[in-house]
Amino acid sequence: MDPLLIFIQGLNGLQLGVMLFLMAAGLTLVFGVMNLINLAHGSLYMMGAYLAATVQQRTGSFLLAVLLAIPLTTMLGMLVEVTALRRLYKRDHLDQVLATFALILFFNELVRIVWGPQAYFMAVPELFSGYFSILPGVSYPIFRLVIIGVGLAVALLLYLIVSRTRLGMLIRAGATNREMVGALGVNIQLLYTVVFGLGAALAGLAGIMAGPILSVEVGMGESIIILTFVVIVIGGIGSIRGALIASMLVGLADTFGRVLLPPALASMVIYVLMAGVLCWRPQGLFPAYG
Amino acid sequence: MRRRFVVLAAVLLLGWGASAHGAEQLKVGYIATMSGPAASLGTDILDGFKLGIKHCGDQLGGLPVELVVGDDQLKPDVGVQVASRMMEKDKVDIVTGIVFSNVMMAVAGPITDAGLFLISGNAGPSPLAGEGCLPNFFAVSWQNDQTHEAMGKYLQDQGVKTLYLMAPNYQAGKDGLAGVKRYFKGEIVGEVYTKINQPDYAAELTQLRAAKPEAVFVFYPGGMGINFVKQYAQSGLKEEIPLYTTAFTLDQSVLQAMGDAALGLKNSSFWSPDLKNPANEKFVADFKATYQRIPSLFAAQGYDAALLIDSAVRAVNGDLKDQDKLREAFRKADFQSVRGEFKFNHNHFPIQDFYIREVVENEDGVLTNKLLGVAFEDHADAYAAQCPMK
Amino acid sequence: MAKLKFPRLQQLILLSVVVLLAFVPLFGDLFYLRLFTRIMIYAMVALSLDIILGYGGMVSFGHAAFFGLGAYTVGILARFGVASAFLAWPAAILVSVLLAAVIGAVSLRTGGVYFIMITLAFAQMLYYFFFSLDVYGGSDGMPMVARNTFAGLIDINRHTTFYYLVFGIMVLILFVALRLMQSRFGMVIQGIRDNERRMRSLGFATYRYKLVCFIISAAVAGLAGALIANQTLYVSPSFLHWTRSGDILIMVILGGMGSLVGPMLGALCLLLTEEVLSGYTEHWMIVLGPLLIVVVLFARHGIYGLLAGTKQSG
Repeated sequence: MDPLLIFIQGLNGLQLGVMLFLMAAGLTLVFGVMNLINLAHGSLYMMGAYLAATVQQRTGSFLLAVLLAIPLTTMLGMLVEVTALRRLYKRDHLDQVLATFALILFFNELVRIVWGPQAYFMAVPELFSGYFSILPGVSYPIFRLVIIGVGLAVALLLYLIVSRTRLGMLIRAGATNREMVGALGVNIQLLYTVVFGLGAALAGLAGIMAGPILSVEVGMGESIIILTFVVIVIGGIGSIRGALIASMLVGLADTFGRVLLPPALASMVIYVLMAGVLCWRPQGLFPAYG
Repeated sequence: MRRRFVVLAAVLLLGWGASAHGAEQLKVGYIATMSGPAASLGTDILDGFKLGIKHCGDQLGGLPVELVVGDDQLKPDVGVQVASRMMEKDKVDIVTGIVFSNVMMAVAGPITDAGLFLISGNAGPSPLAGEGCLPNFFAVSWQNDQTHEAMGKYLQDQGVKTLYLMAPNYQAGKDGLAGVKRYFKGEIVGEVYTKINQPDYAAELTQLRAAKPEAVFVFYPGGMGINFVKQYAQSGLKEEIPLYTTAFTLDQSVLQAMGDAALGLKNSSFWSPDLKNPANEKFVADFKATYQRIPSLFAAQGYDAALLIDSAVRAVNGDLKDQDKLREAFRKADFQSVRGEFKFNHNHFPIQDFYIREVVENEDGVLTNKLLGVAFEDHADAYAAQCPMK
Repeated sequence: MAKLKFPRLQQLILLSVVVLLAFVPLFGDLFYLRLFTRIMIYAMVALSLDIILGYGGMVSFGHAAFFGLGAYTVGILARFGVASAFLAWPAAILVSVLLAAVIGAVSLRTGGVYFIMITLAFAQMLYYFFFSLDVYGGSDGMPMVARNTFAGLIDINRHTTFYYLVFGIMVLILFVALRLMQSRFGMVIQGIRDNERRMRSLGFATYRYKLVCFIISAAVAGLAGALIANQTLYVSPSFLHWTRSGDILIMVILGGMGSLVGPMLGALCLLLTEEVLSGYTEHWMIVLGPLLIVVVLFARHGIYGLLAGTKQSG
């Protein structure tokens, strides 16, 4: 492969990694702070995409879609947290897996009833619909560059929130010692709802960014959720830094695996990567606690 | 008044006919993937099938119909379980539906062994067309390779020199590309199989661009197709290298989700909504009136399945006991197919015309397919010779 | 946690289920015979998962891998003309055992969620392996021509014979598993689940105990796989898909883990509910989803817990 091709494939890997990071950051936060395995994180991603697609189709504005779909997904996430998931924090992981798996079934059928079984359309916003010429004759879709930009910006923002704000302090404290945070008089229930909302917002954002390039359809959440779990496990649960590095690793490994290996092996690459990492470091690359 | 008399007479006649010739009603088992992400095909075929029953006077072959629907969940063993329920508990007379090849391969044996007729509304795997062909199995749809062969022929006729092929890495994908290669004799500069249900194709498209082919052929059904076509257009490749595919990728049920990315793309099919024949015009108009959407080719297959069953049951006067007579009636395929002329080969797969279509926007602003020309006339599948049935 | 408030009730449930199952062929027609054969096979898989999950505390999300391996072993051997169950079934168990030894040895280095994910990873690798194995049907899978033979002793192509064979194997496995979990080995495994550090400091080689437990569980799943291949006469990668592992997990949790009988009831209830609901509506998942949540939220020890009384805290 010539260097230029490697560079473009690198961009592709980076873009996949960034999408994974948007998903993984929320998941690992919820996992780290509330000790909750949320399989339905992918459903929030799907809801984000459907809501944004609907708003965009009605109003024709991508900006409006983003501005409406993110808060709506956030609220939906909080609603789910308050009505169902809140009861699960103290339960063992298995109950959580089962209950959130049931939520997936529920959301999928809900979408099928509300939006119908057929896939939904979402266009690339007019402003970003062209290609960017990296070199003469070598172009890259602008929207994908935008995704990379948004993802990196979110990573920076999250870093700032976690390291500089009071909320971030509580998140870090919660990830290390849950009981202690409660004992210090923090309204822990509110903290949980807020953290879950933040995770939902990130999942919704990922869904919105994926909408224009992917098919908005039932089951789109499942195709990304397993990959997301692979990422947070490789990165170390509860660690945002781990999630960032692991998502880049997975994005690049998957992309180059698809290009260089026969299809049977390419499908296995990320699983081999995960098994390898866990074999070497059983707690992931950056274990946040334990 | 007169009308009422006719109905009364018909009922009397039917009552008499039924008592004289056995069955009083026809129980049809419909097995398809009805839940999960891949459910839309099964729903489409069923909608077409129901409309077919309606057009036959809410009956099939003069018998009132009881329709039993089963969900195979896209798992072969669940398909076997559902088939067993239909055969042994519901005691259906005929089984139809079956969207996916893996489920078909698992249920075809048990259903036909039990002496029932199985009318495939979609899946047409090659083993059942060749050495493993079955006397009680009929595919009213197509053999998996056929539609792809039509595009291979078209590309060959167009004088394309270099072609790049892509499909998901599963059996139907491999069958599809094999079909293209059977008729396209130019150079294949790339043959890429991607992971099944892969959502993003950026890496593969980068490789494709670097290979600089004259044309590209892909087979990506359902959601994979939406993703691929959108991303192909977004990468700017659509203006550089023409993309060819089959009706499964540019089917009516996915076109709206692709938007402008699909406009102008050429694909091969055995059917098109604008095909000119009375049966099709009636089907398309009534389907639109009933379901408020343009029918997909899957709906057309379901409709034809109903009409085929109607013709066969009618030909034996509702006597389902005599299998040989019923089989002969099925083989005649004496019905007005929405695709015009239709006949079965000796392996019980259709011999039919294949067309080239192009995606256009109709006067209502809805994306749909328009006929361009004929790729094959009376095209039989490549496996029929291996089938020992006469 | 191992003790129940109403041990009598436990025996009663066990006995009544076994007796009821023994009589299914007498008053059910062929459909019910097949349905319950299938249910009993899944009950075995659920039981095998419960051995590591309920008793060993190891949450495997890749259990379908061993189930599928057993099925494929029988299917591939049949392709080569090896139809004898006396060869094929032990081979299915052996293959599962060998793979379980490798997978377990690596996976058991981790714990908790990491264990869930690494078992999933291995199962996915095997799934894609069989998915790409074109010689043996690839993604579509392959049919088996006939059920395995027993050197002329019995003919399991007769549905009733096959039913009673599966029934016998299931009862035998249940009996052995119940004894095993009450044995010293079972106590050690449960001790490790409750507090691994303590067990290690007591001098138990916990890793080795867990590995043996993992392998035993895989052996049972492999045997069940051999049976399902005979039941459906079709082998396909969908047996190894992660959603199948999920289904098995749901059976165990729904039924009530750590009781062996519970997961079997879970298999019964899940498959029956699916069968009934899917007959009424194609949107059956929207009913099943909330139903599962309700069970998780309000019946903490599953169906078995409801029937036999709640367990003491463990």
